[in-house]
Amino acid sequence: MDAAARDFAERVRDAAGRKHALRLRGGGTKDFYGGPLAGEALDVRVCAGIVDYEPTELVITARCGTPLAELEAALAQHQQMLAFEPPHFGAGATLGGCIAAGLSGPRRASAGAVRDFVLGVRILDGRGRDLAFGGQVMKNVAGYDLSRLIAGSLGTLGLILEASLKVLPRPAAELTLKLEMPEERAIETLNRWAGQPLPISASAWHDGDLAVRLSGAASAVHAAAENLDGERVDEAQAARFWSALREQTDSFFDGDAPLWRLSVRSHAPRIELPGAQLIEWGGALRWLRTRADAATVRAAASRAGGHATLFRGGDRSAGVFAPLPPESARLHRELKAAFDPAGILNPARLYPDF
Amino acid sequence: MGEALPLENIDARIDAARQRDVARALRAFLPERCVLWREEETRPFECDGLTAYRRVPMVVALPETEEQVQRILKTCHAMEVPVVPRGAGTGLSGGALPPGDGVLLAMAKFMRVVRVDPLARVAVVQPGVRNAAISDVVAPFGLYYAPDPSSQIACSIGGNVAENSGGVHCLKYGLTVHNVLRVRGYTMAGEPVDFGAEALDAPGYDLLALMIGSEGLLAVATEITVKLLPKAQVARVVMASFDDVEKAGDAAAAIIAAGIIPAGLEMMDGAATHAVEQFVHAGYDLEAAAILLCESDGTAEEVEEEIARMERVLERAGATRMSVSRNEAERLKYWSGRKAAFPAVGRISPDYYCMDGTIPKKRLGEMLNFIASLEKKYGLRCPNVFHAGDGNLHPLILFDANDADQLHRTEEFAAEVLEKCIEVGGTITGEHGVGVEKINQMCTQFRPDELATFRAVKRVFDAKGLLNPGKAVPTLHRCAEYGRMHVRRSSPDRSALPHPELPRF
Ligand SMILES: Cc1cc2nc3c(=O)[nH]c(=O)nc-3n(C[C@H](O)[C@H](O)[C@H](O)COP(=O)(O)OP(=O)(O)OC[C@H]3O[C@@H](n4cnc5c(N)ncnc54)[C@H](O)[C@@H]3O)c2cc1C
Repeated sequence: MDAAARDFAERVRDAAGRKHALRLRGGGTKDFYGGPLAGEALDVRVCAGIVDYEPTELVITARCGTPLAELEAALAQHQQMLAFEPPHFGAGATLGGCIAAGLSGPRRASAGAVRDFVLGVRILDGRGRDLAFGGQVMKNVAGYDLSRLIAGSLGTLGLILEASLKVLPRPAAELTLKLEMPEERAIETLNRWAGQPLPISASAWHDGDLAVRLSGAASAVHAAAENLDGERVDEAQAARFWSALREQTDSFFDGDAPLWRLSVRSHAPRIELPGAQLIEWGGALRWLRTRADAATVRAAASRAGGHATLFRGGDRSAGVFAPLPPESARLHRELKAAFDPAGILNPARLYPDF
Repeated sequence: MGEALPLENIDARIDAARQRDVARALRAFLPERCVLWREEETRPFECDGLTAYRRVPMVVALPETEEQVQRILKTCHAMEVPVVPRGAGTGLSGGALPPGDGVLLAMAKFMRVVRVDPLARVAVVQPGVRNAAISDVVAPFGLYYAPDPSSQIACSIGGNVAENSGGVHCLKYGLTVHNVLRVRGYTMAGEPVDFGAEALDAPGYDLLALMIGSEGLLAVATEITVKLLPKAQVARVVMASFDDVEKAGDAAAAIIAAGIIPAGLEMMDGAATHAVEQFVHAGYDLEAAAILLCESDGTAEEVEEEIARMERVLERAGATRMSVSRNEAERLKYWSGRKAAFPAVGRISPDYYCMDGTIPKKRLGEMLNFIASLEKKYGLRCPNVFHAGDGNLHPLILFDANDADQLHRTEEFAAEVLEKCIEVGGTITGEHGVGVEKINQMCTQFRPDELATFRAVKRVFDAKGLLNPGKAVPTLHRCAEYGRMHVRRSSPDRSALPHPELPRF
């Protein structure tokens, strides 16, 4: 690891000296996501492996190139999991890419996002300095919380060498229900349920069908299932369903219509735009297959209290993430400059101007 | 303060001309009641919960509207006047220690619950709203705000955001950072910024996570949107005795290993148990070397199932006695001692110093033995209470501040404990913050490049370094000085903690 870290640091310093962009890359499974890929690829996968995993600490520490699949398998051996259920989007997904992309899966609304589980990171900044923030303990307020800032920064602030994540036990029981429900009622119902002590761990609505996953102690899951009165889905079929949703292999994601991701207030009414819609996260996440122009989609998202990302396809020339208000944009540019003064780490991957 | 490093400006005399200029500039747009400068009015603000550090502020501003906050900041920015935000002043690390040459920005008048949205399960509140008041307001909807610091009847949500505060339920329900959706605030230059959103995420960098726990150094929070959770139907607690502290620590680990995340998992050692039993008479087992409190919450079925599993695990881990609360009154009785641990300890000793390190749970036994050896080395007692589920320790060093030598020994004792926390892979503060108190230990926990990065982040938000200067992140110069001293000290004199009515942990 230290040889790899030294080698990376050397390359970063060299690139900074020449103002030569570097494109940090793990398995490349998220190449489709974010702005254009620019610069010379720096493959981080030589730096791999689980460094420390103590199930009773609920913490795992691993190097950036560790395949997510390997990490999840190690956790599964101890009946534990990454509770944010990260999408892999391909066989080669790595831990570094997972944190840099900051994407979370179906369990997000109930368990939290990637950033909620990041306890510490070791990074190389744009000067090639080897820095550690946070740590391996669950409560830590020494210094600014820079490790959570790294989550979702798409490699623009630093090369993640190693990360420590909080992990959770797998639920003892899990059960999926299907209900028929029109969209407006589904949104209302999901919000109402979320305000009750029900063990709902995931939800998805599409085209009149609502799927709800219950997770927890067997008694709680069965009691809730009685209550919610839906049709029980066969276990294997349910597992396939949630995985297809997370990995976007479900037929909703087929075809080449642009895929928009709208992160909104959970009880925002139906998004009035043409095209198919799929709702997750108890109403807080709306997937849209629409050819409506970016300005229209973004306006609809802000009316719903949130923002829109052009997730896959479409015209990406104007940037895929929602534009930032002026002061926030300044903070972003200057934070980027603080971490990477030469602007060489994944330039324009997050916003076109840095 | 013994031989602890002197703080910059701590004894600085107030510059009367400057005071007049600044007060006048603020009075130009603030009503008279909102600007205090006479010593009899500013003296009550001289310290927060860390009373060892006191400094009378040059001027206190008590704004009533967001526009006023913005104008105060703009005015101070233009005049190069330092500003220190203050919530309820319960902080335990001196984060709200006032500036002798600046303005203490007291957010106490921001007491309004702006909006509750029970369907979306969010509440929008002003920063001066007390933590417990949020749960009170939303209780009729069957909802509550989860993070519950023991100071919750007094501390403000603005202070919680600044410190990323935790509580006994944070193992299962998270810290402040996991339960706040959005913070609106102003930078030192008076520019409005939104951190986060009412949606589950916001575009760009996670500035919300950066703002939370930034100890009032990056921006002043003026409106906070918190997430609300449905109240569990039932909660019950198992109280288990152990004849050995290490066994109790192992039992806590065994609970987690069994796949259980308790709603609370707390431990008191024998010395702490004796102190609290005298105080609350809850019927604690005085034979025990350590007591574990392990809570389950959820639906009635779930709790019954989980309590049975907890009992099996604790039994196998060698519990010598166990009882389960049968009703809410009994549950509260079991918790009463743990919640009152600090005042209880305060009764058996003239003074005590509460520490706040976090360590990996597996090093607990080692840490407790180390603390026991320090008790002998320094001739001071040190009962322990801690959040066993997440390794956050609160050792309480008992001393008499009137005895200079005891004070000195307490400082050395505390410094050794903090350094040990770092050595075993933990941190110098789990929830109380660095403030002025642990600023020297920051030089041990972080390397120069890391501290330089913190300072660079600070400059992005506050180029002139005027917002809460001298806190949380040490200067290069300070670390050099500290390094030269060789001896590492902290500052344990908290003999006169305000809010004595509150449990302390
Ligand atoms: C008896 C007792 C028990 C405690 N128990 C716990 C506990 O269980 N868990 C825990 O985590 N803490 C605990 N604490 C510590 C303390 O209560 C918390 O840190 C609390 O969050 C501080 O809130 P406050 O409103 O009193 O903030 P203050 O003390 O006024 O300020 C704390 C920091 O926040 C900044 N600040 C305040 N308001 C704002 C704002 N609007 N914008 C920007 N910055 C701001 C200040 O500058 C300062 O740096 C306890 C304290 C006491 C006295």
